[in-house]
Amino acid sequence: MSVFKSLVKKETIHILRDRRTMLITILMPVVLLLLFGFAISTEVNDVRVVAVVDRHTDMSRDLLQRFEVNDYFTFLGLADPADVDRILRSGMTDAAVFIRTHGERLVTQIVVDASNTTTARAMTGYIDGVINHSKPDDLVLTQTLYNPRMKSAYNFVPGILGMIFILICAIMTSVSIVREKESGTMNLLLVSPVRPHTIILGKLVPYFILSCVILAIMLIMSYTVLDLPSSPSVISVVLVSLIYIILALSIGLLVSTIVSTQITALIVSAVMFMLPVIMLSGMIFPVGNMPLLLQGVSCIIPARWYVEAMRKLMIQQLDISYISTEITILLSMTVILLALAVAKFKSSTR
Amino acid sequence: MKSNVEKVISVSNLTKRFGSFTAVDHISFDVCRGEIFGFLGANGAGKTTAMRMLCGLSRPTEGNGRVAGCDILTQTEMIKRHIGYMSQKFSLYSELTVDENIRLFSTIYSMTDVQIMEASSRLYAELGMESMRRTRVSDIPVGWRQKLAFATATIHRPDIVFLDEPTGGVDPVTRRKFWEHIYKASSEGMTIFVTTHYLDEAEYCDRVSIMVDGCISALDSPAALKRKYHADTIDEVFRIVASEAKRDE
Repeated sequence: MSVFKSLVKKETIHILRDRRTMLITILMPVVLLLLFGFAISTEVNDVRVVAVVDRHTDMSRDLLQRFEVNDYFTFLGLADPADVDRILRSGMTDAAVFIRTHGERLVTQIVVDASNTTTARAMTGYIDGVINHSKPDDLVLTQTLYNPRMKSAYNFVPGILGMIFILICAIMTSVSIVREKESGTMNLLLVSPVRPHTIILGKLVPYFILSCVILAIMLIMSYTVLDLPSSPSVISVVLVSLIYIILALSIGLLVSTIVSTQITALIVSAVMFMLPVIMLSGMIFPVGNMPLLLQGVSCIIPARWYVEAMRKLMIQQLDISYISTEITILLSMTVILLALAVAKFKSSTR
Repeated sequence: MKSNVEKVISVSNLTKRFGSFTAVDHISFDVCRGEIFGFLGANGAGKTTAMRMLCGLSRPTEGNGRVAGCDILTQTEMIKRHIGYMSQKFSLYSELTVDENIRLFSTIYSMTDVQIMEASSRLYAELGMESMRRTRVSDIPVGWRQKLAFATATIHRPDIVFLDEPTGGVDPVTRRKFWEHIYKASSEGMTIFVTTHYLDEAEYCDRVSIMVDGCISALDSPAALKRKYHADTIDEVFRIVASEAKRDE
């Protein structure tokens, strides 16, 4: 057996024998995907509404009926204007609609519980939609492109991918290299005739393969369980993901050359790379809404570009030519980080 | 020292500086084939740095030398083929079985399958570890591990084996047994270069050197050193020599 193969074998045995970590790395993405896909969603399904009407007319009755029959609402009935504040405070209703008949027109006001801004925004949108549809004269037609049913799962898939690969590649790789430094086995390899780049590759390849397996699981799940529209863009999705995986591996290698204990490796990778992925990649909070300073910071976070590219490919179904900017940035980040990591690793062995 | 014996390590004026700090300061010495060479010194005296240079892990700032017939400046990769290394930190993969460890390290030293077979069956017979082949290293007792680590470090029959505090944290009986393995390897022509903090172990060496502040302050056979410093044990010699140290740990 060649030296390289036996190093890869050694690392693979290490990954496989660490059952707990193995289970976490395989199960976590699956659970996250299912959670975000089915259980957790930013969609609002059941808005409780009360109405305050000053005068019953055909128009106001028609509007109330719209709320009653709409699946997204639970119409709680009419309320006394003086009571609305109490009802809202006690949490019995999510929103109140004030309807006043002004000659031939209805004037409406929405009062909504905005203690959760995300749901408040969604609820206002729904109520707005119902009210506007009752006025056929000045109807605004809205068409939601790419994700017509506004499924939030679609939104999360790229983000979860971006997070998982940092977890496996950056955190696991850096911890495993540092573990060898701590236990002294790295010294054994360094005094042996094995060349430094063989040691590095022997370390990285198993984690690369593990990431590819997880990528496959995630994509299959996205396209089957989550019903993500499949298209020829799958090849581009895989391609960009592979670049991102190599990028994350370089981060892991770089971290491992800088720190000297497993716990610092974990903290550095988690705080410096995992948190920004969640906060600044646009996975949860849109990058465009951030203050300029944070937008600037997000530019140096690889996941931001990856998530953006994945959205365009998976959800918008765009051709790979539309994401050339993202690919260029990811590629150059990979090259820089990898070069830095290898140089650092080699100098640390000198 | 007999001059007709082959010198496997021969260095002169070996120096390593880190910035303005001189870790190793112009050390020169020779080690003969089959010798057990004790490399003593307080923490921070520069032992590890010197050893790293001899192993080809660190490039000397000044000086030159040959290890196992190879130049330590230009042929570091060649040196690595001819040496074995075992450190104080227990140095085998504890998640791998005994057999997997042996296979891994013999492959790294580019042994053929036949050689590996022969070497490992000889090793199992010598150590009496046949029954532990498929046991994970983390599950075998410390004493066995130590022996196994030594056997693995020498499986490719290196010219020189570097032992960096090999008996750290081991009980006296196990240490004693461990030294029997060292004697055996030395009698087979292997050169042993050993650093240790246990000064009773230094008495077992053919020659010892004592490093103080990056320089070699004393170098001779244990008996000669004791005579020179009018001491009864190497421990006393060490105290006398090391008391000259100015460097903090």
